Amino acid sequence: MKTCLVVDDSKVIRKVARHILETLDLQVREAGDGREALEACLEAVPDVILLDWNMPVMSGMDFLRALRDANLPRRPRIVFCTTENGMAHIRAAIDAGADEYIMKPFDRDTLESKLQLVGMI
Amino acid sequence: MVQSASSGQSLAVLSALLEARTGQQIASHRSTRVDTVLLPLMRERRIETLDQLVYAVLDGRDPHLAGRVIDALVNGETSFFRDRHVFDNIVEVVTEVERAGRRARIWSAGCSTGQEPLSLAMIFAERQETHGTPMPEIVATDVSEAAIARARSGSYTQFEVQRGLPIRQMVRWFEGRPGNEWVARPELLRHIAFRQMNLTIDPAPGGSFDVVLCRNVMLYFAPEPKKRAFHTIAGAMRPTGLLILGAGETVMGQTDLFQLASAGRGMYQKSDMGDPAPRA
Ligand SMILES: C[S@@+](CC[C@H](N)C(=O)[O-])C[C@H]1O[C@@H](n2cnc3c(N)ncnc32)[C@H](O)[C@@H]1O
Repeated sequence: MKTCLVVDDSKVIRKVARHILETLDLQVREAGDGREALEACLEAVPDVILLDWNMPVMSGMDFLRALRDANLPRRPRIVFCTTENGMAHIRAAIDAGADEYIMKPFDRDTLESKLQLVGMI
Repeated sequence: MVQSASSGQSLAVLSALLEARTGQQIASHRSTRVDTVLLPLMRERRIETLDQLVYAVLDGRDPHLAGRVIDALVNGETSFFRDRHVFDNIVEVVTEVERAGRRARIWSAGCSTGQEPLSLAMIFAERQETHGTPMPEIVATDVSEAAIARARSGSYTQFEVQRGLPIRQMVRWFEGRPGNEWVARPELLRHIAFRQMNLTIDPAPGGSFDVVLCRNVMLYFAPEPKKRAFHTIAGAMRPTGLLILGAGETVMGQTDLFQLASAGRGMYQKSDMGDPAPRA
C-alpha cells in the first residue's frame, strides 16, 4: 500500500483529502504545517506528499528546501495542492521540484487524475 | 418549479429526437438523468415541465431549441490523455507512416470539447520540437455544435484542465485567464481542424486517415446507426489504418468491416469486408 502525507493547515481539507485518498487505497498520514511534515518524513518517508503552500510555522516552499537538505533515503513524489493558481506560482513550484500541482478547490477526479500522473495509482 | 416526474410520452419524443439526430438511444435507466441534464436549459427558457419543453420543441417556433436539447442530452464526458497507453500506440503508427515518407492523418471522431485532439496536438508538437518530425494533420468532429464551439475556443475550466493533463504540459500549452479559465495557445489549436459532423448521417471528412479515434461515442447508438457509422469510418480509412474505440467497446457482433488489430486491446483494422480487394 502506498503512503501519502497530507500537509495542510486546514483540518477540513485534510479530512476531505484523507477520505478520498483512502478510497483510492492509499495509507494516509497528516501534518498541519511544514515543520510537522518534515518530522513525519524523518520518521518514515511517504511515497507521495500532498503539499499546501501557505501554512503557519513553515510554508510548503520552505518545507521543500528543508526536505532537500534532509537527504532522505528516497525522494517522495511532491504534489502541490494550493489556492495559489497563477502561472508564476506554478512555475516556481515546478522549479523547486514539484512533480504535480493541484489548484484548489479539488474534487475526487482531480486528486485521482494527479495521483495517476505521479504513478501512485 | 420543475416537476420531477416526466411523462412517458415526453420521454418518448425526446428519445426519438435524440435518435434521429445522433443515432443514440436513451436507455430507460437513464430517464432520471434526462430531467437533470435538461434543467438548466428549461430554467433559461422559463419552461416548467418536460412536457412543456417537448411542446416547445415540436411547435418549432424556436429553431435552435431542438439543437440545444440534443447538446444537453449527449454525454460529453472526456479528459486529456484519456487511457494514456492509446497515445503511445498512435505515436507508433504515425512513426510508421513517416517512415513511408508520408504525413500522417488522424481523425478524432466524437471529440466532444476537444481534449482528445488537443492531447494529440501536444504530443506531436513536442515531438516536432525534439525530433524535427512533421506535424500530422488532425481533424476533429462532433455532432454537438456546443461541443465543437467550445473545442474551437480551446477554453477549459480549472477542473477540466486538471483532468489527465500533466502540469508541465499545462504550463507549456495553456494560458491562464481571469475567472479560473485556461485557454489552449493558438499555436496548438491551429494544428486541429474542427468541424461539426454527425457520424450516422454526414459524409466523413475528405481524404483517408491513418488513425481514427472514435472512443466512447457509439456506446448508446442503436444498431442501424452504428452500422452506418462504422461504414462511414471504414470508408475514410487507409487500408492499413487503425481504428481506436473506447476501453469498454468492441466491434464484435456490431460490424464485420473491422477486426481486432495486432496493436492490442481496443484497436481495430479493416477486415477484408471493410476493404475489399479490387476485382480483376
Ligand atoms: C463521451 S464523449 C467522448 C469524447 C472523447 N472521444 C473521449 O473518449 O474522451 C461522446 C461524444 O460523442 C458525440 N456524439 C454522439 N453522437 C454522435 C454522432 N452521431 N456523431 C458524432 N458525434 C456524436 C457526443 O456529442 C459527445 O461529445
